[in-house]
Amino acid sequence: MATWVIARLTFREAVQRKIALGALLLGIVFLGVYGAGLYFIRQELAREAQGANALVTNQIYNFLALSGLYVVNFLFVMMAVLTSVDTIAGEVASGRIHTLASKPLRRWEILVGKWVGFVVMLSLYLLLMGGGVGGIARAVTGYRVPNLLRGLGLIWLNGILLLNVTMLGGTRLSTLANGVLVFATFGVAFVGGWVEQIGSFLDSEAAVTLGIVSSLLMPSEALWKRAAYEMRSLVVDTTGFSPFTSGSSIPSALMIGYAALYALIALGAAVWSLERRDL
Amino acid sequence: MTTPHPIQIRHLRKVFDDKVAVADLTLTVERGEVFGFLGPNGAGKTTAVKMLLGLIAPTSGDGSLFGVPLGDPRGRAQVGFLPEHFRFHDWLRATEFLQLHADLYRMPRDVARRRIQELLDRVGLHAHARKRLSAFSKGMLQRIGLAQALLNDPDLVFFDEPTSGLDPVGRRLVRDLIRDLRERDKTVFLNSHLLSEVEITCDRVAFINHGEVVHTSSLQAGPEAPLVGGRLTVQIRARPRDGWQACPNGHWDAIVGGLARWDASVRAEQEQIWLTVDGEADLPEVARYLIDHDVDIYALSPQRMSLEDLFMQLVGTESEE
Repeated sequence: MATWVIARLTFREAVQRKIALGALLLGIVFLGVYGAGLYFIRQELAREAQGANALVTNQIYNFLALSGLYVVNFLFVMMAVLTSVDTIAGEVASGRIHTLASKPLRRWEILVGKWVGFVVMLSLYLLLMGGGVGGIARAVTGYRVPNLLRGLGLIWLNGILLLNVTMLGGTRLSTLANGVLVFATFGVAFVGGWVEQIGSFLDSEAAVTLGIVSSLLMPSEALWKRAAYEMRSLVVDTTGFSPFTSGSSIPSALMIGYAALYALIALGAAVWSLERRDL
Repeated sequence: MTTPHPIQIRHLRKVFDDKVAVADLTLTVERGEVFGFLGPNGAGKTTAVKMLLGLIAPTSGDGSLFGVPLGDPRGRAQVGFLPEHFRFHDWLRATEFLQLHADLYRMPRDVARRRIQELLDRVGLHAHARKRLSAFSKGMLQRIGLAQALLNDPDLVFFDEPTSGLDPVGRRLVRDLIRDLRERDKTVFLNSHLLSEVEITCDRVAFINHGEVVHTSSLQAGPEAPLVGGRLTVQIRARPRDGWQACPNGHWDAIVGGLARWDASVRAEQEQIWLTVDGEADLPEVARYLIDHDVDIYALSPQRMSLEDLFMQLVGTESEE
């Protein structure tokens, strides 16, 4: 099936691009630094806080794990956007798509094939990075991140969401315009997420509403917040406060469903848009 | 049962925003024909080919490839295509690249492997089979593009400016490939502005300008046949039967002047006469007229208008705008 042929091509192309190599090397360096940092912190804790409150140790490790995963989430989203931003737009501009699209296949097979290729590559990256952070935390400190799989699943959805939006943009916009637009919406969601969180802390209803609206516009930050909430520690669970999530600003399951639907519609719209454009 | 035409289009039209790229295109290409599609840059040739291949949706009109409506991928199963600016993922090796395209045609692996070797030999890239396309020269890329266009042994091949970037040896290769295809009863649609190429390779040509076919000619009928549907220029060498001395002053001019009934702009220089008539049918009349006036005819040769002359006549100099 043509979809698999295109998927294979896309995967091979994605993994050998400099950006993928860069992200991989950067990721490995990060994991190394992260592991070393955890090791020294554990030693320090073991020395200074003899007989210290297990709850506090637990909270420290949880905070460190979530910090690591925050970086993973960010790298993953960047990777999703940067590897796919050029895929349709660039091939139309260079004319590379002409030899593909004139073959006896449907346009959706090209788009879905590319999507599958990217998803496989991104999933492997997340598995390496997210699994790396969780695994290193476990190995170095013995701390087990709660609901790690569920959290990584939400981070995965976050990357796929941005991948789909980027692919949709690529069917009509130039590479540069597409990149600017995707990062701008991502930025709005990011800022909106913080506005919502601070608003919730200060009991400002207007700020919370603004945050929700920005999440509806682009639910990426909401997905991260939900992931952080899923992987929260006992302390956070009881006190209800953490730097990553707080109080009433925890995105609901409905918001997660909305994000999944958003991603699905973006992919469908990308297919629709590519089917109808002149190449 | 008659098999459907490889290409049949009716009133195909494409408008981009407010620019008319193809105004009204109607044509049929027969099986086994090498069809040349000529026109100045910007005449709409590439847009027309892209509509045929389903890359661009027509604004109006319709057409089919082998009876399958344009845009339906099934119509492209037996089609090969070499785009004008051939580009591809250049990190692939030559064989990988061809294998990828064979996969897109759903060719069985063993068939594809054999075919790829055959084609690499044919286009002279056998020694470069393991090289990455990024290391290929422009001419080599054009050659691998040709191989790609012939991979599925297509019944209909579109070549969009196939000789661009090729040296004389490469151009010869293209000509030979087209000849092979014709001998095997395949159909070729050749987009080109290289008139001499077209003159050598094509059976029939259509001139397109401003997105419309302005003229269609057969190039098959032999060198004497008039290219332009109507007018034909003849060169005549003739002398008065009794010699120039016996011919009274002005008498020869009067005889030549009598030819004005066929062509008002007839001109003569001593025994050479140039005359443009409406068609071949006029030639016996002209000869009879001259003989009746005691003129001996040594030569009466219809001049084959070159494709270039015809092109200039049809398109004029406006393409330089």
